[in-house]
Amino acid sequence: MSAARPRRAEPLRRPWGLWGLRGAVLTYLALMIAVPLLAVIERGFSAGLRAFWRELANPIAFDALKLTVAAAAITAAVNLVLGTLTAYVLARYRFPGRGVFDSLVDMPFAIPTLVTGVMLVVLYGPSGALGSWFHAKGISIIFARPGIVLALLFVTYPFVIRSVQPVLLEAERYEEEAAFTLGANRWTNFRRIVLPAILPAAGSGALLSFARALGEFGSIVVVAGNIPRRTLTSPVYVFGEVEAHNERGASAMSVVLLALSFGLLLLLDWRQRRRAEVLGG
Amino acid sequence: MAETARSLDGEVASGIAETGAEGRARPRPGEWVVVGIALAYAILLLFAPLAALARGALSRGVRAFFDALSTPDALSAIKLTFLLALGATAINTVFGVAAAWLLVRDRRFPGRRFVNGMVDLPFAVSPVIAGFMLIVLFGRTGWLAPLARAAGVKVLFAFPGMLIATTFISLPFVIREIMPLLGEIGEEEENAAYTLGAGRWRAFWSVTLPGIRSGLEYGVLLTFARAVGEVGAVLVVSGSIVGLTETATLFIFRALDERNAVAGYAMAMLLALSSFVLLTAMEWIRRRARSR
Repeated sequence: MSAARPRRAEPLRRPWGLWGLRGAVLTYLALMIAVPLLAVIERGFSAGLRAFWRELANPIAFDALKLTVAAAAITAAVNLVLGTLTAYVLARYRFPGRGVFDSLVDMPFAIPTLVTGVMLVVLYGPSGALGSWFHAKGISIIFARPGIVLALLFVTYPFVIRSVQPVLLEAERYEEEAAFTLGANRWTNFRRIVLPAILPAAGSGALLSFARALGEFGSIVVVAGNIPRRTLTSPVYVFGEVEAHNERGASAMSVVLLALSFGLLLLLDWRQRRRAEVLGG
Repeated sequence: MAETARSLDGEVASGIAETGAEGRARPRPGEWVVVGIALAYAILLLFAPLAALARGALSRGVRAFFDALSTPDALSAIKLTFLLALGATAINTVFGVAAAWLLVRDRRFPGRRFVNGMVDLPFAVSPVIAGFMLIVLFGRTGWLAPLARAAGVKVLFAFPGMLIATTFISLPFVIREIMPLLGEIGEEEENAAYTLGAGRWRAFWSVTLPGIRSGLEYGVLLTFARAVGEVGAVLVVSGSIVGLTETATLFIFRALDERNAVAGYAMAMLLALSSFVLLTAMEWIRRRARSR
């Protein structure tokens, strides 16, 4: 083709401008992200591998890590089921208040997490409107483990819904329609046709909520009560160690949390890439 | 939503018509259970706690609510939060646009894929760790401590450290919101502007910027909202000095600690209200972009 190509001379005419921009952006990202992360990792291992393990083998640290992973896993599982259900309801049904509901789904991303914690304490705390009812039945939610899961469910509420919803809205409806024509009821249709199509997106959303739940601090610090070995999560543990000037303990736990979330990030990226390849043929 | 309103006119018995091309169906009696579960879950988890907070904040009357927010400590906390959010948003907007432009347009950008992956890290890092990173970097034996000392800047337990922490946790929003738009609008128009003799700046201002405007606005609001609400990172780096390095969230933190529920709830309610304002603005931007 000999069609006149658009002139691309601009970047070459003033290469210093481009290099200046590149340099500025790389410096910004390096100073803001890479250097601080490396500093924490270095501090975590600065006293050797054995000291690193000793910090983590401390029962308070180990129990905090176990609790954090377990609470995040429960959160991801609940989100997988109820988030998928909510996305389906929002995408396929018509009911009063649907539009308002749809725009309020993102509310947990906009509300400060500390405010989330306060809200949950006001309602579900021992003297709260609902909490006192549970309290009378001998169930404590706030300052106990259920409160941790409740807070995590609040802050991760949109992830699965917002991953699944676009897939449902963009899905070709022929298959669903064919299934209806063939006499399938809505449940069969959901199980055989809709579910396989949205499961990858729901899985990604659940993984995202798991990653988010691992690092949550603001809401948990208010609702959990932070009792060592019972309701102390890893991020709150890191905070406590920083306050106590135990930088080695704080950085050992930080390294574990960072490794977990980087692993999840890589897994998500790999899933996305693989799906793009499959779809691309 | 307009699309729902016009999607279905009239009940037809067959499943096909009930779930027309873009349409949503009215739930059948059995299906109300599913809709009910989704609604009940959202109400118990999201809306009831919000209503409880509003009631708690106003339980001593509107007067007490405003009194709690107009103490000198409360006012200085609000001011500091606003300044931090404004600063972090400005930094992340300027560098975010530059970074997004390079990541999409500059094919010879060194380490493009690696840098692209790195941008998401602030979302994956716990805010407490974000704050702790700065303690390690600028603490007594930190790598950047000599630099800060030479410049005569006190980073930790002062405004600069809080600004860096806030910038870190809200860094990816602008980049992630405008990257897809930059990809969508393509290079043709920018190249056309170059061909017509426009310089890089001119092409950016009059061609690229209008193309990414909705994403940029959305990203800026997300950044601001996230920055206003940050607690973990600033808690670690600020030292929470009342009236000096105490943000609105740290004010709530201390009020709860001191069992001063009225002040804590009032400030929490104020932050919740401000996030609703931001959420409404975001919804408005989304609708405007969709209607184009």
